[in-house]
Amino acid sequence: MFRFIVRRLLQLIPTLLGLSLLLFVWLHRLPGGPETALLGERGTPETRAMIRRQLGLDQPLWVQYGRFMKRLLRGDFGSSIDTKQPVLDEFLARFPGTVELTVAALIFAIGIGIPLGYLAARRRAGWLDNLSVGGSLVAVCVPIFFLGYLVKQLFAVKLGWFPPTGRQDVTIDATRVTGFYVLDGMLTGEFDAAWNAIMHLILPGLTLASIPLAIIVRITRASVLEVLGEDYVRTARAKGLTERRIRGRHVLRNAMLPVVTVLGLLTGGLLSGAVLTETVFAFTGIGHFIRQAIDNRDYPVMMGFIMIIAVIYVLVNLLVDLSYSLIDPRVRVR
Amino acid sequence: MTLLDVQDLSVMFTQRGREDVRAVDGVSFDVSAGEVVGLVGESGCGKSVTSLALMGLLPEKGVKVSGRADFDGTNLLGVDQRTMRDLRGRELGMIFQDPLSSLNPVVAIGKQVTEVLARHRGLSGDAAAKEAEHLLDRVGIPDPRRRLKEYPHQLSGGMRQRALIAMAVACRPRLLIADEPTTALDVTIQAQILELLKELVHQDGTALIMITHDLGVVAGLCDRINVLYAGRVVESAARRPLFAEPTHPYTRGLLGSIPRLDSVRGEPLNPIPGSVRDLLPWVEGCAFAPRCERVIEACVEAPPALIGGSHQYRCVNPVLGRSAGPEHLLEQE
Ligand SMILES: Nc1ncnc2c1ncn2[C@@H]1O[C@H](COP(=O)(O)OP(=O)(O)O)[C@@H](O)[C@H]1O
Ligand SMILES: [Mg+2]
Repeated sequence: MFRFIVRRLLQLIPTLLGLSLLLFVWLHRLPGGPETALLGERGTPETRAMIRRQLGLDQPLWVQYGRFMKRLLRGDFGSSIDTKQPVLDEFLARFPGTVELTVAALIFAIGIGIPLGYLAARRRAGWLDNLSVGGSLVAVCVPIFFLGYLVKQLFAVKLGWFPPTGRQDVTIDATRVTGFYVLDGMLTGEFDAAWNAIMHLILPGLTLASIPLAIIVRITRASVLEVLGEDYVRTARAKGLTERRIRGRHVLRNAMLPVVTVLGLLTGGLLSGAVLTETVFAFTGIGHFIRQAIDNRDYPVMMGFIMIIAVIYVLVNLLVDLSYSLIDPRVRVR
Repeated sequence: MTLLDVQDLSVMFTQRGREDVRAVDGVSFDVSAGEVVGLVGESGCGKSVTSLALMGLLPEKGVKVSGRADFDGTNLLGVDQRTMRDLRGRELGMIFQDPLSSLNPVVAIGKQVTEVLARHRGLSGDAAAKEAEHLLDRVGIPDPRRRLKEYPHQLSGGMRQRALIAMAVACRPRLLIADEPTTALDVTIQAQILELLKELVHQDGTALIMITHDLGVVAGLCDRINVLYAGRVVESAARRPLFAEPTHPYTRGLLGSIPRLDSVRGEPLNPIPGSVRDLLPWVEGCAFAPRCERVIEACVEAPPALIGGSHQYRCVNPVLGRSAGPEHLLEQE
């Protein structure tokens, strides 16, 4: 088990190396550069060249990449061209919001998707089944940006059930520990602050959850239907077990296997979806910062962001594989 | 004393947009306490559907079951699901064909044994574990305590089938149904499993319905044999007369296709030409007629009735008299 984890973490190294090289070349080949963002229309060719020289962008690409890697090996992602602050500090200040949002979305997607998919399978072709199949189709088709806007207008602006924007009411004077507002509230005992942060997570969380939720519903439904037809379910019936026992012990656990696999794949999309969702709900995560970095060709920030996403993605999938092996003894890791 | 009396059992699969399939068509037989009864026929003749109907395990939708199956005064085809659940696993045990797919891959063997003990005998914890260990030991699984913690994929095919048998006999059912319990196994293992079943039913006085497509399997085991073709019983007799004087041409064909131990290797067996797929339903005549070498005009005029006393057959041109050959199978006893 331990060796399995170590091996998977070691596999990260070549992955990240390849990814960084590819993206480095790609990003630097994009038209425009940070000097345009810094100078706007005022820049003369001379001032532009000067800024590029200052930033080292006049050097050959492989020299630039070498410098980038050298810094990275010391744990230094460089500084943002835009804010002049270290990239890592900028991320640490903003990532908790994005992670919180992503986790909220995952909880919604799993907590609603699995029971719904399960019930749809049990009452096949019933109204719930038709509703969830149709609903998931809609969820996958509607752009997340658009859906977020609709949800905000209806539940926040019109009905006023939830706050329309932000991570927490500005009137709340909460103590910051980790930067995860819900967690902070729990840790410091400021439960009203935690609750307020949770309320702010509902609408963006549901919006972000829409696509994974739809996918989980459909996978769970298909998986349960398949398992219900398995021979071992018939064996369980032949033993005279109650339906409840059969479902709990023999159907659900087996039906979860494909769902767990898909969860890992969904996480990557969830993080990028978070960036869009944050914009709609003015939710202070990494989203706004990244959009600006892209507009400004802030290379260190873009590189750092993608590398971190890659690491998270690999870690999540490691977690998925570990939990898979907990459910299915046939794939016990060595 | 009759334990199970099946009368006129019919099962029809109805599916929208498709023609109805009559999988079992008026099957009657009975099983006495402690008796071993064989249901024999080629694949697709309705053996599994018959057994699932008796166990109440057919799907609820798209299936029409009719007839009676009186089990100690209870009509298995007429009771509610609840009563049936109480009978299954306790009074009625079932063993399936493919031991690997019939065991839950993600649940430990021990749990799969103890759950039936918990359900019907109220055993839990140590008592259940002890009894499960005893059961595995009884069906000939070595080192049972360790096996309890293992998962199906860690067991060999024969061991898996033994584990399934342990689950089926855990509550000492009065009737055991074994649906091709050896078909998925190696030849050497097949004999061991049959021996085990024979021993268990003998010790417990359990009645056994043995389902197989292989007359060689029932030869050393069954007291009485029912041969099925296209959902109907075509011949029914005690073992000795059936092997000594097979009357229906289909039974003869089945006997002719059993490999003899002394037959030359590679020499083709003598299978019945054609397949069940060629069959006509039993409406215009004998369903076996298209494949039968003894077919006469009367065969296709009307479906033949089951006739005879203790040795029954459904044929208008039966083979009467002793057969040459298959009796060697009886010596295997
Ligand atoms: N669920 C089902 N739906 C429709 N037809 C079925 C179903 N199950 C079995 N049958 C049909 O019933 C007939 C008998 O099947 P079965 O009892 O499984 O045969 P076997 O004697 O090999 O066990 C077959 O022709 C099969 O196609
Ligand atoms: Mg079968």
